[in-house]
Amino acid sequence: MENEVTIRIGGESGEGTISGGDILALAAARWGYHIYTFRTFPAEILGGPCLFQVRMSDQPVKSMGDYADVLICLNQEAYDRSIKDLRHGGVIIYDPSDFTPESNDYITYAIPFNEIARKEVQLFQTKNMVMLGAISALFGPPLEAIAQVVESKLSKSRKANALLMEKNQLALEVSYKYVKEHITKRDTHQLGRVSKANRVVLNGNQAVVAGALAAQCGFFAGYPITPASDIMEGLAKELPLVGGTFLQAEDEIAALAAVIGASFGGVRGMTATSGPGLSLMTELIGFASMTELPAVIVDAQRGGPSTGLPTKMEQSDLSFALNAGHGDAPRMVLAPANVADCYSMMVQAFNMADRYQMPVLFLTDQSLTARVESVERSAFQKLPLQGRLEAHPEGVDVKNGTYGHIAEPVTVSANAHDYARYVYSETGISPISTPGAGSLVYTATGLEHTQHGHPDYEPEDHTAMIQKRYRKLETAMKELPQPTRYGDDDATVGLIGWGSTEGAIQEAVDRARAKGYKVAALHLRVISPLPDETLQRFLSSVKTLMVPECNYSGQLANLLGAKYGVQPIRVNKYGGIPFTAGDILHAIEEVC
Amino acid sequence: MAQPIVTLTPKDFKSEVKPTWCPGCGDFGVLNATYTALASLKRPVDETVVVSGIGCSSRFPHFVSTYGFHSVHGRALPVAQGMKMARPDLTIVTVGGDGDMFSIGAGHLLHAALRNIDITLVVMDNEIYGLTKGQTSPTSPTGHTTKSTPYGLLASQFNPIATALSLNVSFVARGFSSKPKDLAALIEQGIQHKGFSFIHALSPCPTFHNTMDVWKANVQPLPTDHDPSQRFKAMELALETEKPYIGVFYHDEERQTMDQAAHHLVQQAKPFDLDKYMSRYA
Repeated sequence: MENEVTIRIGGESGEGTISGGDILALAAARWGYHIYTFRTFPAEILGGPCLFQVRMSDQPVKSMGDYADVLICLNQEAYDRSIKDLRHGGVIIYDPSDFTPESNDYITYAIPFNEIARKEVQLFQTKNMVMLGAISALFGPPLEAIAQVVESKLSKSRKANALLMEKNQLALEVSYKYVKEHITKRDTHQLGRVSKANRVVLNGNQAVVAGALAAQCGFFAGYPITPASDIMEGLAKELPLVGGTFLQAEDEIAALAAVIGASFGGVRGMTATSGPGLSLMTELIGFASMTELPAVIVDAQRGGPSTGLPTKMEQSDLSFALNAGHGDAPRMVLAPANVADCYSMMVQAFNMADRYQMPVLFLTDQSLTARVESVERSAFQKLPLQGRLEAHPEGVDVKNGTYGHIAEPVTVSANAHDYARYVYSETGISPISTPGAGSLVYTATGLEHTQHGHPDYEPEDHTAMIQKRYRKLETAMKELPQPTRYGDDDATVGLIGWGSTEGAIQEAVDRARAKGYKVAALHLRVISPLPDETLQRFLSSVKTLMVPECNYSGQLANLLGAKYGVQPIRVNKYGGIPFTAGDILHAIEEVC
Repeated sequence: MAQPIVTLTPKDFKSEVKPTWCPGCGDFGVLNATYTALASLKRPVDETVVVSGIGCSSRFPHFVSTYGFHSVHGRALPVAQGMKMARPDLTIVTVGGDGDMFSIGAGHLLHAALRNIDITLVVMDNEIYGLTKGQTSPTSPTGHTTKSTPYGLLASQFNPIATALSLNVSFVARGFSSKPKDLAALIEQGIQHKGFSFIHALSPCPTFHNTMDVWKANVQPLPTDHDPSQRFKAMELALETEKPYIGVFYHDEERQTMDQAAHHLVQQAKPFDLDKYMSRYA
């Protein structure tokens, strides 16, 4: 028996497919298994096909799995859509009252979900519980593990009542019993007992919220948009409990404007959006860059362009995030690779926004927002916070012409406007002042300005000021942690990826190495500024360079080509579905 | 070491940056009225922020010795509201022109009214786009001929006071740049008002659309018996556009402000407890 199984549930949106899957994943994780989920929704609230896939293993899992081992079809359409993703010899579970699969290449279990829910339980909406009872009987986890999750979820739900609790429990038990009595198990998957671990189970959006709270974010403004709204809703609830404030803005322009306003007031602020919203924010991204005000902007990427595919995954906002807005406007772009990163890198994003006084774009994507992972609890540690270089009047040494640690002549007097907010410094970072009693007054402006912040269009000043703003990226490049190489030191094939694809890439590297290929991967978490030295070293160490990314145009490949003159082999997937490790392994095998 | 500045005279609010406005611009009057209002209220420069968007009048923050925030076109209101939500202790005066507030940023007005966040808005209305050299604005009169309306303006004229009243803004007033004392008093009342204050300041553009003489001849104080708690009556007076009234049309001191309500919520706040928080995912 194998202690690993990937189960896909296909059904109609609104009939409990996703919530049933969530319960299964959580129960398995609490039972001690590593889990990794993948799901798609239609953009509509009710109706339309949806699927949920969970990979459960006693070993750590990095990707969603190439194929499902088990396909549970809640209707014929689910079968038609997903049969291509079922492993040869895999298991099909279906209700004979819906349809009967034709193929003989699979193990099939016929279970009358509909009849059990209607006749035995006498409550049709328990169909997903009937399904869970059957899964438990066939593969695990034990029924008690599932029942516990159902009970804890339902006790928090508004729909909770004694009758529903009772019916759910009945549905689990009846179908469990039915399977044990009527189905002869012919597959090899069984989640046996494993030692329990200290893990947490959450998705990318939930980890972003936790990260923002840990970073002491004090203000959030946003406008609802799929798939970022969970972040807004999470912070709407949590911020007031920790002393922060929240604003649902009238649009994304207002949202970022409000965040920048709060930031001027010295409060850590953020917004979260997706492609269409980011498009609206562009003028203000340039403004934050120009006025050197910190702001954290989460872009939960979805399929584009335009309204695109609101509920599907794509990595197609990279070029835009790097360049959004007119003019030369330095900003930082981060891309978390997994759920743990969504937490720790949010803290990093706030620290970087404050340290380098510029907008930080944080690129997740739909698959990561909704991906539930079991993560070691130790990944959610308290992290150090790094604030702004504050301009305090007492830090000024007028006699020696120094200001804080910056060895540049600056004059500051009681006449507020003598404070050089944008003083040229070696690092490019100038001390920032926050309104409050005794503070140093200045005006922030989107116009080009002097060191004192006054409007100014002199060629020498614009040149020096642009250089100063970009110098902060050079400083950051020196100060930021470098990515680490994964795989062989003497690799001939090198892969460079970014964002949520890291797990699939690493798994592909593992499998390629097991087949005897010499392969290594470098994963970029900070894309502006690029980790120059590490990248160059990696580029010169491999013969063949591959850049897998989920977009059509090869946005990271284009960037590396423009910056380092390389011509990587582009591995692009752009159907709205993330890479499997098999996709990437296949590409590696083609070039080897 | 710099000491907090004791500010008592309008002069203390004047910055060393010289206004960029044309001679005779109404905005000088509004600027002086603002200095007077801030001085009279003894607002510390380091706890006051003047927020603007883009346009001739939006250069305003550079000319005031308080903190300034010269933002992007049309977005002064959301900037100011975010700032006030995060920092309710600050005094925030938002300024802009008719283009900023009634055209590109008009949509934000509705939401500022609904939230009633405690900021003061002064709109300098010259019925024209000055910075871009004389195109029609939402408050330009119908039929008005400009470079962008060579056959005359084909749209209706926007009524700022009637709109503010219809949006149920909690403080609605109009002043005139050539009556700076009255205007200063209105700005002062607006800043003191707890909630969103809307002050429509008639402020002529001598270069592209000189309404100085017309307004001087026609503005009239609100009837002495006008009760500013009566919104219907205020609306009637707002619809008089030939001889525009100046004064406080309407105010409601009872309304909840979102910034205070939000800060009432955080009274029970505790520092973030990461371990406790993560337990929900265990």
